[in-house]
Amino acid sequence: MHGISFDVAHMLAGSLVLVSFLQLYQDRLYALLNIYALHALVLALSVAWQAYVQQAPHLYVTAAIALLFKAIIIPVVLHRIIVRLGIHREIEKVVGVGPAMLLGMGLVALAMVVMLRVTMEADPLAREDLAFALSVVLLGLLMMVTRRNAVGQVVGFMSLENGLVLAATGAKGMPLVVEISIAFSVLIAFIVIGIFLFRIRERFDTVDLQALDRFRGERP
Amino acid sequence: MTLGPIAAVLLIPVVAAVLLAALPGYRLTARINVVATLATFLVALSLFFGRPSPTPYFHVDDLNNVFIVLTTFVGFTTSVFSASYIGHELAIGRLTPTFLRFYHAMYQVLMFAMNLAFVANNIGLIWVAIELATLTTVLMVGIYRTHEALEAAWKYFILGSVGIALALFGTILIYMAGRPVIGEGADAMVWTSLVARAADFDPALLNLAFVFLLLGYGTKVGLAPLHAWLPDAHSEGPTPISAVLSGLLLNVALYALLRFKMLLAANPAALAPGPLMVTMGLISLVFAAFMLYRRRDIKRLFAYSSIEHMGIITFAFGMGGALANFAGLLHMTMHSLTKSAIFFAVGHVAQVKGTQRIADMGGLTETHPVLGWGLVLGVVAIAGLPPLGIFTSEFLVVTSTFARSPFLALILVFGLLVGFAALFQRLNTIAFGEPRGERGETHASYIPMFAHLALVLAAGIYLPPSLVGWFQNVAKALG
Repeated sequence: MHGISFDVAHMLAGSLVLVSFLQLYQDRLYALLNIYALHALVLALSVAWQAYVQQAPHLYVTAAIALLFKAIIIPVVLHRIIVRLGIHREIEKVVGVGPAMLLGMGLVALAMVVMLRVTMEADPLAREDLAFALSVVLLGLLMMVTRRNAVGQVVGFMSLENGLVLAATGAKGMPLVVEISIAFSVLIAFIVIGIFLFRIRERFDTVDLQALDRFRGERP
Repeated sequence: MTLGPIAAVLLIPVVAAVLLAALPGYRLTARINVVATLATFLVALSLFFGRPSPTPYFHVDDLNNVFIVLTTFVGFTTSVFSASYIGHELAIGRLTPTFLRFYHAMYQVLMFAMNLAFVANNIGLIWVAIELATLTTVLMVGIYRTHEALEAAWKYFILGSVGIALALFGTILIYMAGRPVIGEGADAMVWTSLVARAADFDPALLNLAFVFLLLGYGTKVGLAPLHAWLPDAHSEGPTPISAVLSGLLLNVALYALLRFKMLLAANPAALAPGPLMVTMGLISLVFAAFMLYRRRDIKRLFAYSSIEHMGIITFAFGMGGALANFAGLLHMTMHSLTKSAIFFAVGHVAQVKGTQRIADMGGLTETHPVLGWGLVLGVVAIAGLPPLGIFTSEFLVVTSTFARSPFLALILVFGLLVGFAALFQRLNTIAFGEPRGERGETHASYIPMFAHLALVLAAGIYLPPSLVGWFQNVAKALG
């Protein structure tokens, strides 16, 4: 676990964090989906590299799932959905690029401090991978918080799950059961989301969650 | 056939789900649902008499044995209640036959997922099962497709997903902690081997993992401040689902948390999970107790009461020690029986009154005596009055806390009293006074409700020694 293999793994995991930052300030849904596809692509590369380095062929399956399902199928389908819903031109009011980026940096710093200090004894690749993974998870959470639009929140959730896959592959020898289940759960989650989006549209003529907020809580 | 009963507990719901998805007709499917849950319950009972030896994926021990039996029992009684409840919903057209098929199939999938979470010996498998249970209940909560139901389902889905995502991160960290000691591969995710070697794990990693697990599964337990999904999800879905959510699913998440607490307890250098759980438990208890006052919706009222009780239970496990743990386990059992009984009553109340607004209900003991007094008895039980079972467990929690840290006990008692007063204030409006609101007919089956309440009463008066023995063994292992 030295030299080039370490550097490449490091670079790919780091890129994933960078792409998470890119997602953070996209205010058009199309652009957001494209960046998400890129996110999934980087994840696929990173997982494939781990498979090669750890000589764990089953990880190639995870990489393939990330590539096919997350980088291609989901973005394409979501594209179609937002076109059909007629919201592809909508611009989301996000928190604002500046504050969002600052918050994001704070979260990444937090992830680094926590993970690097705690995992002193683990091998270097695993600990840095975990630190990056936690950063991606936290950035995904931040994105879910800053988005008003259902599609935006879903993308935030999916990038969060990418961070989890990164963590799972970084943990050497973690059983395949779990990885397949992760992919599977994404699939299920996606179906659920899809159904919900259609129903939300059917009922409210918008997927802007602020419209839903009116119904929150106690009915008088 | 070492796996016999476990396989049956898992396979019966799966087969039933497929059947129920395929078959039309309300009468037939409701009956199949009842028969399938009864069969699962009977198989689960047989676990008391002979346990299969643990495998890398499944195991049965003192802790989960009781919960499997409890879950399958409440699953069975809820299916009986559901049959009469759903019949009414069909009659008034809130549910269409297609959705009914879907509902029954999902009910069985949920049973499967909960049983899987209990028997799983692999921490990854536990996670998968809880995720499956969450997704199924999301679909069930949204089944009425009203504005409120969709919003509740969406909120539940988003918060629940974030919770289980954090829990997965914690699970991965546990694997990382176990790997250097146990070695790579599937063994480092097997709970029985993890707990046997936990003393050698890196304590820092264990601590961090537990924080994630507490936040993650804590969201599913409904601990404040992560509880936002719970009242909405309980109030907007069909009432049988509220009963199962409150009585069973919260327990499943708490059970997962307990498993990980046992890992930490086995490592002397790791942080004591107690203070974290005590804090979250007390915050949930006091917060929910105050929230009980301003509820206008009957199902939301009892949803907040569930948060309150989950707070008490988490507090008890946080205090630790044989007595408090025993009280926590007993309270989990009693709460699930009582709360599901209350939801059975509430479901019929909402049906006869045609609304869930407390302001439109009144004098229930006059208009519908059996239902009204059933609800009164349920609330008396949940408020913790003697001689019912919840009194026993709350009394144990309070006394064991007073002996060790009187200050915490004061907060606990304060929360309990606040909640107590709120519940009776509401109960007074609903059950007594001038009859208000509609006086709809009901063809309710009261057997499930009174069966639960009878069990709670019996447990308050006499606990069978075998049950006490099991709980005591587990309480010791919980540290």
